[in-house]
Amino acid sequence: MAHRFNNRVLKYSIMLKNYFKIAIAVLRRHKFFTFISLFGISFTLTILLVLTAFIDKVVGDNYPDKKRDRSLYVSRLSEEGKGTMSSGMVSFYFLDHYVRSLKTPTDIAISSVFSGTNTYVNDKKIAVNYKYTNAAYWDIMEYDFVEGKAFDKQAVANAEKVAVISEDMKAEYFGDVPSVVGKYIEADNVKYRVIGVVKNVPITSYMTYSDIYLPYTVAKDGNFKDKGYRGGYYGILLAASKSDLSKMHNEYEQMVQKLPMEAKQYNKIYSHADPYIASYVDTGNENQSGVVLVLTILSVFVVIFMLLPTLNLVNINITRIMERSSEIGVRKAFGASSKTLVYQFIVENIILTLLGGLIGLVLSFIVIQVINSMNLIANLELSINFMVLFIGLLVCLVFGLLSGVYPAWRMSKLNVVTALKAQ
Amino acid sequence: MIRLQNIEKVYRTDTVETLALNKVSLDIAKGEFLSIMGPSGCGKSTLLNIMGLLDEPSKGEIKIDNQQTINLNDKQLAQFRNKKIGFIFQSYHLINDLQVLDNVELPLLYRDSTAKERKQLATEALAKVGLSNRVKHFPSQLSGGQKQRVAIARAIVGRPEIILADEPTGNLDSAMGNEIMDILLQLNRDEGTTIVMVTHDEQMAQKTHRLVRLFDGSQVQ
Repeated sequence: MAHRFNNRVLKYSIMLKNYFKIAIAVLRRHKFFTFISLFGISFTLTILLVLTAFIDKVVGDNYPDKKRDRSLYVSRLSEEGKGTMSSGMVSFYFLDHYVRSLKTPTDIAISSVFSGTNTYVNDKKIAVNYKYTNAAYWDIMEYDFVEGKAFDKQAVANAEKVAVISEDMKAEYFGDVPSVVGKYIEADNVKYRVIGVVKNVPITSYMTYSDIYLPYTVAKDGNFKDKGYRGGYYGILLAASKSDLSKMHNEYEQMVQKLPMEAKQYNKIYSHADPYIASYVDTGNENQSGVVLVLTILSVFVVIFMLLPTLNLVNINITRIMERSSEIGVRKAFGASSKTLVYQFIVENIILTLLGGLIGLVLSFIVIQVINSMNLIANLELSINFMVLFIGLLVCLVFGLLSGVYPAWRMSKLNVVTALKAQ
Repeated sequence: MIRLQNIEKVYRTDTVETLALNKVSLDIAKGEFLSIMGPSGCGKSTLLNIMGLLDEPSKGEIKIDNQQTINLNDKQLAQFRNKKIGFIFQSYHLINDLQVLDNVELPLLYRDSTAKERKQLATEALAKVGLSNRVKHFPSQLSGGQKQRVAIARAIVGRPEIILADEPTGNLDSAMGNEIMDILLQLNRDEGTTIVMVTHDEQMAQKTHRLVRLFDGSQVQ
C-alpha cells in the first residue's frame, strides 16, 4: 500500500517537473505572448495590491483611535420633508446636548472637521490645518505624545489659548529644535501656547487628522453655541465594553427618533452611530446606505478589473492551443489521457500566473516605496502586509485556474487525428 | 497480432455521407512487416489511425494482441497506446519546444519510470537511429531525415510490439528515405517488431513482407 502510494507520488512529481520544463520552454519560445500575459497579470496585480495596501491603511490603521472596537462614530445628520432634504455634519450642541444625554456611552469625544489657514514663519507661508476638540477627545483617543500633554477639562472651560501640534508641524514651524512646549505658534492671527506634540496622523483618517488641535472654546466664530442640529463636528461614542455597542447604537437611534423637528418643512430625521468602517462612507440616510453602495461598487470594480487579464489569458491560451495542436495530438498518441493533458495545461497556467504574481509583487513593492517617498498624501505610510500578500497570491491562483480551465477543457475535446492534421 | 474485422468508417457532414472504409478485414501476424498502398483519399491513413486506436470505426472490431479494444475508455486507450504502439508520422510531429532527448523520452512520461531510466532508454534509442550526437539539439536544428530518425527513436523507446508508420519517407528524398527504410527493416528483423506502413512508394513497399492495396475504401489486394 505504502509502496503504491510512493509510486504515485513519484509519478506526479515527475509529471510536475516535466510540465514545469515544458511551461518554461513554451514561455521562452513565445516571448511576445509571455510578455503580454505577464504584463497583464503583473500590472493588474500591482494596481490591486497598491489599492489593497491603501484601503488596508485607511481602514485598518487604528492610530490614534485604538478603541475602535468599542466605539461608534457619529458624523452626519439629514432632515427630510416632502420634496426637501438637507444633510450635513452634526453640530457641537447636538453632540454635547442630545448625544451626551445617552446612558450607555462612558464618554464622548467631540472634534470639529479640520480647516485650513495660513501662517507665516520668517516671511515663509505655511499651510496649516487646525481642529477643535473637547477634553474627553484626548482621553478616548490614544495619541502618542512626543513631548508635553493634552489640554484638560479645566483648560477647555477657561478657554485657554493652548495647542497640541503634530510632529510635522513642529518641524515645519519651529525647525529642528529638541523641545517646543511653552513656545507660541500663530494660526489665524492668534497666538497659542504649545503644550504637547503628537505623532502624525495620515489625512485619510480624516476624523483625527490635523496639524494643530485647539480647545473648542477658543473658536472665534463661536458656532459651538449654535443650537441647530447641524454644524461641523464629529462625535466618537465610547462604550464600556464591546458588548454594549448594539445597546449604544439602539439608544442613539431612539434618541434621534424623539428629536423635535427643527422646522415645519421636515418630518423625518436620520442620523446614525456606526462602527468605524460604516461611518467612513455614511450618508446619514439608510435609504441610500453608503456601505452597501461602496462595497457593491468596489466589488464590481475589482471583478471587472480581474476579469480583463483573465479573459486576455484565456484568449491567448486558446490561440496557443491551436498552435500546439500537433503537440497535443502527439502526446495523446503516445499515451497521454485527456485528463493528464488538462492537468498539464492548468499547471502551465498556474506557473505563468505565479510568475506574473511574483513580478507584480516586486512591482507593487517598488510603487509603494515611490508613493511613500514622494509623500503624495500627508503622513500616509503604505506597506505591503501579509494579508495583502496572501490576497495577491490567492488572486494569482484564481487567475491561473480561470485562464487554464476553459482552454484545457477545449483542448481535451480535441480529436487526435484532427489535432495531428492541423499542422 | 492485429485483427481487423469488417471495419467500416463513415464521415458525415450535414448533407453528405462519405464511406471512407468499407468492410475491411485484415489479419496481421506477429513480426510481420506490412505495407498499405493506394491513391490519395482511399482511406489508408484512416485505416492506420483505426489500427492505432486514434480513431474509432463506425462498425467492426479491432483486436490487438487478442484483446478487444472497442469499449475501452479514454484512459484505457491512452495506456494501451502507450504500452503497445509506436507511431511515426509523415511530418514527424516533434515538439519544437523540447530538445531531442526530451522528445524521445515523451512516451516514458506516461508510465512509471525514473528520470535516470528515461534518460538511459532514450539515449539507447537515439543510438539505434544513429543520432547520439544530436541529443541536446532542438528539432529546428535538424534536417528532415534526422527529424524522422528522432521520431523513430521516440516510437521505439517504449519497446512497443507494434509500429505504425504513416508515409514515413513521404517528405524525404530517396537517399534519406532509404536510410529510414533500412532502420525500419532492421527493427523488424532484429527485434521482431510488427510494422504497418502506409506508403505511396512502390519501391519501399516491395521491401516489406506483404502489400495490401486499398481503393475507395475497399481492399483490392
